[in-house]
Amino acid sequence: MIPAAFDYLAPQTLDEAVRALASYGEDAKILAGGQSLLPLLKLRLAQPKLLIDVVKISALSGIGQQDDMIVIGALTTHYQIESSELLKKKCPLLPQTARAIGDVQVRNRGTIGGSLSHADPAADWPAAILALRGKMRLRGPRGERTLGAEEFFLGPMTTAIEPTEILTEIRLPLPLRRSGHAYQKMAQPASGFALVGVAVSLKIDAKGICEEIGIGVTGLSDKAFRAHAVEERLRGNKLIAKLIEESAAKVADGVDPLEDLHADAEFRAHLARVYAARAIQGAAKAVGRSR
Amino acid sequence: MPLSKSVGARIKRREDPSLIRGLGQYVDDVKLPEMLHVALLRSPHAHARIKSIDTVAAGQHPGVVAVVTGAELRDQIGTIPTTADNPTLRIPKHFVLAVDKVCYVGEGVAAVVAESRYTARDGIDLIQVEYDPLPAVTDPEKALASDSPVIHSEWPDNLAFHWEQTQGEVEKAFKQADKVVKQKLVHQRLAPIAIETRGVVARYLSTGKELTVWSSTQIPHLLKTHLAKMLQLPEEQMRVIAPDVGGGFGSKLNVYAEEGLLAWMAMKLGRPVKWVEERRENIQATIHGRGQVGEVQAAVKKDGTILGLRYKVVGDIGAYHQLFTPAIPPFTGLMLSGCYKIPAIGIEVRAAFTNKMSTDAYRGAGRPEATYVIERLMDRIAQELDIDAVKVRRKNFPQPQEFPFKTATGLAYDSGNYQAALDKALKLAGYDKLRREQKQLRHRGRYLGIGVSTYVEICAMGPGFWEYGKVEVDPAGSVKVFSGASPHGQGQKTSFAQIVADELGVPMDDVDVIHGDTKIVAKGMGTFGSRATAVGGVAVYQAAEKVREKARDLASHLLEVDADDLVFSDGRFAVKGVPRRALTIQQIAGQAAKNLPKGSAASLSAESTFEPANFTFPFGTHVCVVEVEPETGNVEIKKYVAVDDCGKVINPLLVDGQVQGGIAQGLGQALYEGVVYDKNGQLLTGSLMDYALPRAANLPRFQLARTETPTPVNPLGVKGIGEAGTIGSTPAVVGAVVDALAPFGVTHIDMPLTPQKIWRLCREKKPAMAGRRR
Repeated sequence: MIPAAFDYLAPQTLDEAVRALASYGEDAKILAGGQSLLPLLKLRLAQPKLLIDVVKISALSGIGQQDDMIVIGALTTHYQIESSELLKKKCPLLPQTARAIGDVQVRNRGTIGGSLSHADPAADWPAAILALRGKMRLRGPRGERTLGAEEFFLGPMTTAIEPTEILTEIRLPLPLRRSGHAYQKMAQPASGFALVGVAVSLKIDAKGICEEIGIGVTGLSDKAFRAHAVEERLRGNKLIAKLIEESAAKVADGVDPLEDLHADAEFRAHLARVYAARAIQGAAKAVGRSR
Repeated sequence: MPLSKSVGARIKRREDPSLIRGLGQYVDDVKLPEMLHVALLRSPHAHARIKSIDTVAAGQHPGVVAVVTGAELRDQIGTIPTTADNPTLRIPKHFVLAVDKVCYVGEGVAAVVAESRYTARDGIDLIQVEYDPLPAVTDPEKALASDSPVIHSEWPDNLAFHWEQTQGEVEKAFKQADKVVKQKLVHQRLAPIAIETRGVVARYLSTGKELTVWSSTQIPHLLKTHLAKMLQLPEEQMRVIAPDVGGGFGSKLNVYAEEGLLAWMAMKLGRPVKWVEERRENIQATIHGRGQVGEVQAAVKKDGTILGLRYKVVGDIGAYHQLFTPAIPPFTGLMLSGCYKIPAIGIEVRAAFTNKMSTDAYRGAGRPEATYVIERLMDRIAQELDIDAVKVRRKNFPQPQEFPFKTATGLAYDSGNYQAALDKALKLAGYDKLRREQKQLRHRGRYLGIGVSTYVEICAMGPGFWEYGKVEVDPAGSVKVFSGASPHGQGQKTSFAQIVADELGVPMDDVDVIHGDTKIVAKGMGTFGSRATAVGGVAVYQAAEKVREKARDLASHLLEVDADDLVFSDGRFAVKGVPRRALTIQQIAGQAAKNLPKGSAASLSAESTFEPANFTFPFGTHVCVVEVEPETGNVEIKKYVAVDDCGKVINPLLVDGQVQGGIAQGLGQALYEGVVYDKNGQLLTGSLMDYALPRAANLPRFQLARTETPTPVNPLGVKGIGEAGTIGSTPAVVGAVVDALAPFGVTHIDMPLTPQKIWRLCREKKPAMAGRRR
């Protein structure tokens, strides 16, 4: 558990960080909370020449509201999200997801931006960000750009972030009235990552019809994804138990499930169906509780 | 002022204030001038011939001082020892670094010594090894088959040893049986995972010819003897220090390659060397526990009476023997009778070499396996005969007046009252109410399960295993207790002080307990097998008694009265009828320094070595209540009751702590843990990201209670409690889950009971609501 030698830089500003990244490119790694990167360094699975520790860049941290968007700085810790009064009120799916991450120590150190950039296929955040249709703001030498969650996750440990870019913030549309949310997860017993995790954000009209729904699934396949087929079956319909069951049963269709020591493909697909149904039920029940 | 008795009081551990503030002194805290650092290159193959090792680049790396390989060391350091008196035992040469061939993933191949830990680790990456991979075998039953790859060419059958014992008329019992109940059982391998990994620092002072080894060990004195032999050094030149040790659970009851290697390096290089194990190394190259696969058969009468038992088991040894490896499977055999009267028992143990790390003592060391066998069997008998599982157990208990109770495995249980512990546990758990609740919930599609385990275990190993203690009162009145036991989390700095404070009638704060340094403590065996208090505590107690009697003689001299005219109470020797003419032991020590009677020793000190005539046999009942969700396989522990009987209790708080930690580990085996190698011998659970330990959040609040049946084996009446929690809990948890799933026709599930296994068993079957069993 001893890393190979590396240089270390702790810039004070984002510009400085971007400049350093531009000159080192793939030979540099951004260090935020270190919860994923440090184990990789210690196992020598990652051997960057330079570590750019962004922890001193205060502009990257914080939770706020801008018009109808929630804006979360990439350096915001899981615990800050878990305990945010604003989010508990306006976007409870985020604190609920944060609570399901790792353990207290991980939540105190780990950051949302670090987790999203690392893109572990079993991480919790991608499910919630996909369900909420979050957008990622990236900053590189040529300026800023914004990516939707679905364009962002490309594969296991792979995102659309260029080697010279930094994820700076996550923007999420403010959930509307009569919306409900839920995150349901079975944790891998050793790592705490999701064997399967399903996040649901939905909106129901006055007649009980599901107007809008987003379902994000993590742990099931090599990248987190949105379960469009399930969403489509529910959208425009009343969320009765039978329909939820039938729709959730489609969540693993066409997906090549991950397999490991703790869950084979068949069990993972089964869990995805069970937890999808539970998350949809849970979100439907939660309508009206927020805002 | 009368002193309050401290024995029996819930006194907080005096070890903790420094440990929890990070002020402990562990091996990694030992920092010596000129110290070098060691890293090991370990085999990535389970079985391979070493064709060549190129260490040139590593040797030339700046900061690297030396690189060594097995071939260079084979004639320099003796082989790693094992102890067992089995005539069938085959002992492969176990070098500190592999010679010619590697036999498991993680076996040491080369070592780099460097100026810093980082450089040593960098040096490892520069060594080139050419391997010629060989087929591997990891399944112990397959290893014994005729077509298996051969691990040690001297023994093509891979049989490490063989042990059989039959007492009573087993064949007759099976002929007379109304029914034969059989069950195959797998005791999966476990990694002990002490919080502090292993670590060694070695320093050689050529001037004083002293080789000092700091090791995170449970047995400094035994290690001293073995290391001196490995290095061909006179034992008096060897000193071993076990500083604060962050847990062992048996994994540090051993002599490891790195201990011999570093000791040799310190002598060879003339500079101190340090190695601290990484967690990955800890899972690869520190001993594993359990690893047995067996089939048990019971001959039973219709009413549940057991007439006889057969157990055939294959032990998964690993590639080599470690210190007590060959002792563990026979230990299981000896304890097979459990807390039941079984007139005939036949045991057959075959132990197989496999391409894996060695198994050895891990908390319970053979008894959890025995208890799991007999307790799962009791549940299976109950299922087969349609009798309540508690009734079957009760039916076969010996009565309290039958103790000492002789088993058909050749043991004599010292004392016991199994009925009392069972009654108390059932009452605390609300057993009858739980059964009613279970029935109601099943009709609503919810699956509650109740598991009961009535265990007996064996502690404080008897003849041949002694412990040493010394008590000294200095003229300033401070009391020093020296023990050969080597506690590493058990809290004997507290409990031994309680024992001695009471014997001498001094305040506990004046008593200091010293252990873990072979130069300071004359002799010892160490802490293992739940023996520290029942053997080491007794030695200390006897030494304190001797000190008190010495003090009586001194008091008689100082007070100028006949020794028979002195009474000892409230910590004072007083002249009979003149209570004001009195001296405390501390005063006696002070005054005696100036005014000694002719011919008496200057110090008020005494020593004692205690070797018990028999083992002790703690027992108890654990009740576990779970709810299982068949749809996901999730298990929720709703309630856990443990009633343990460890004889007399010195400190209830320490006993509770031991039981709680023990239950957590036993429950870990039942639900989460398992060292998994694939068929090629690659370790799939190589980190704590994959090896699942129980977390505090997984565990309910345990309800703990006790009965107290003192042992006649030692004067303190104490039996030992270090392992009982682990031994009693595993079958209770498994029994509970299986009981919950009875409507699905489930009669047994192999551990760990993962959600995936449970789901798979349940999904094919519709629950039968009108189940035969309650």
